[in-house]
Amino acid sequence: MKKNYILEDLDCANCAAKIEEGVKNIEGVTECSVSFVTEKMIVEIEEGKEKEVEKEIKKVVKKIEPDTTLKEA
Amino acid sequence: MKKRLRRIVIAAIIFLIAVLIEKINIANINENTISIIQIILYILSYLIVGFEVVKKAVINIFHGEFFDENFLMSIATIGAFAIKEFPEAVAVMLFYQIGEYFQSYAVKKSRKSIASLMDIRPDYANLKVNGNIEKKSPKEVKIGDTIVVKPGEKVPLDGIVIEGTSMLDTSALTGESVPREVKVEDNILSGCINLNGVLEIKVEKEFGESTVSKILDLVENATNKKAKTENFITKFSKYYTPIVVFLALIIALIPPVITKTDMLEWVYRALTFLVVSCPCALVISVPLSFFSGIGAASKKGILVKGSNYLELLSKTEIAVFDKTGTLTEGVFDVQKIMNEKEFDPKELLELAAYCESYSNHPISLSIQKAYGKEIDKNRIMNSEEVAGKGIISKIDDKEVACGNIKLMEQLHLENINQVEEMGTVVYVAINKQYAGYILISDKIKEDSKKAIQDLKKAGVKKTVMLTGDNKDVAEKVNQELKLDMVYSELLPVDKVNKVEELLKNKNEESKLAFIGDGINDAPVLARADIGIAMGALGSDAAIEAADVVIMTDEPSKIATAMKISRKTLKIVYQNISFALIVKIGVLILSAFGLASMWAAVFADVGVTVLAVLNSFRALK
Repeated sequence: MKKNYILEDLDCANCAAKIEEGVKNIEGVTECSVSFVTEKMIVEIEEGKEKEVEKEIKKVVKKIEPDTTLKEA
Repeated sequence: MKKRLRRIVIAAIIFLIAVLIEKINIANINENTISIIQIILYILSYLIVGFEVVKKAVINIFHGEFFDENFLMSIATIGAFAIKEFPEAVAVMLFYQIGEYFQSYAVKKSRKSIASLMDIRPDYANLKVNGNIEKKSPKEVKIGDTIVVKPGEKVPLDGIVIEGTSMLDTSALTGESVPREVKVEDNILSGCINLNGVLEIKVEKEFGESTVSKILDLVENATNKKAKTENFITKFSKYYTPIVVFLALIIALIPPVITKTDMLEWVYRALTFLVVSCPCALVISVPLSFFSGIGAASKKGILVKGSNYLELLSKTEIAVFDKTGTLTEGVFDVQKIMNEKEFDPKELLELAAYCESYSNHPISLSIQKAYGKEIDKNRIMNSEEVAGKGIISKIDDKEVACGNIKLMEQLHLENINQVEEMGTVVYVAINKQYAGYILISDKIKEDSKKAIQDLKKAGVKKTVMLTGDNKDVAEKVNQELKLDMVYSELLPVDKVNKVEELLKNKNEESKLAFIGDGINDAPVLARADIGIAMGALGSDAAIEAADVVIMTDEPSKIATAMKISRKTLKIVYQNISFALIVKIGVLILSAFGLASMWAAVFADVGVTVLAVLNSFRALK
């Protein structure tokens, strides 16, 4: 299932790439793409794993860029 | 933002005082006291401007993030303190923060200007409820509701005009500046701006399904589909930072041992390396440039569905066109009526229209359209189709035969004026006497010729036309347009095969674009490297099927799209090479002790800011 998120205050392009990489490595995520310019993240999540994956995504974002807040689009 | 700026200013003032205090020693204080005061001021200035960075660096180390820029800057500056390069340490942190400030300002600004470029999202809809008008969010309006659009307002949802006439500004959707007229029963698309009259509209699509939502979605998500260059740079930067850090370690440790020179000098050089090791300039400017390019294209009525497609467009060397509806109007019209002397052209058309009135063939329909009057079926005594040749009917007391040359030959007519014209020729015989012919053809679009020429100028090497029409028609069209290759009499499946053949015979680097109307050529659009659909405004199927969508039906927009793509790519490469050259240059210079930390800070943030500013140019 596809989910859209907004990464508010995403200031650094390199972090965007790191977040993308980090979220891709979460178990249950099949695809992830972060657009630095539009501050959008599109994640493809395996059915039934949405809850755990979302928690992990939040962790990854906090870890890489503590100033960025994850919001559901 | 404001807090950050204030910190930078205060730190900068303290830093200046610290530097100047030595030079204007009015009170004649002894030197030791001065240097102690200086050190205190430097540390104070550093803490004010750099505390956040150091804090983040420490937090990130606990998260296992070693090569992030905060960490690198902290090490570089603290290292500078350690080797007693106090002004250097503060200045590097100060300039780093100033650079970061400018960078985030520039990014915000470019995000904003791109957003305003695509400012077609309607804020509200005037919903009509029992004769009263209520302002609602477009999302709350349902199919079947009636909305009112006043002059100057955006049309919020797709629908049908039920009252009023007006002129519409469609430029936000199509890039077309000539207003379009709408009247009762016309379809109306969201995103247009109503210019003069008040319109009442019956809503046909919910907001999420409306044209404006679809277009915005498409453009906003376009940068999620990344270009090869972008992926390459991301990968590159993953290795770049560790490599530079590693080099810094080597420089700090090995040369002093070998050359037995001052260790501090080499540590300074190593710290300079750390300052340059952040890949930000590279990483930031690439997506910004691509998005600016996508924004610029959408302003011209060209929707590019991904950065990757914008990149591919610049590499297009083969452009394959579908003929009907793409290079030609796709509407069949009577172009010419040539009557023999004994017959009246009006009568000829009238009888031909009657003769063909039972047929639904597009050719028959266009003759009936040209005739324009009601057909009185009582006048048709008899009508018979001659397969593959035409129709013979009895109208009033006349025997009328309409068809191709084979029909005329079958009737053994004399003095037939067999014509070589572009289009379909319908020969007409009345009472077994040849009466003349009607020429029906599809018009070549006004800008098709220019489109082909522009493509050549834009770097396309081969232009190809595919058509289901016969060879004669195809070649007549090509006499005017002068494409390099024409393939005619193709069934839809043949078109796919032809494109596959062309794909096989080209080299890997050059790309093939297929341009069609997006309605019945979805398989070909999907097969080509880049599928371009034209005249797509209001056609969801076309928008769905293509990689690049041209809202108007002007083929010349393809060259425009390619120009935008070339320009964007040029900017991307400029930024990448500029950043790399400056960084590598500073690395080499500082390895030999020729570049100071100041130069390194410029190589880091200065280059980033310049690259961001440069990427703005893709917007225009």
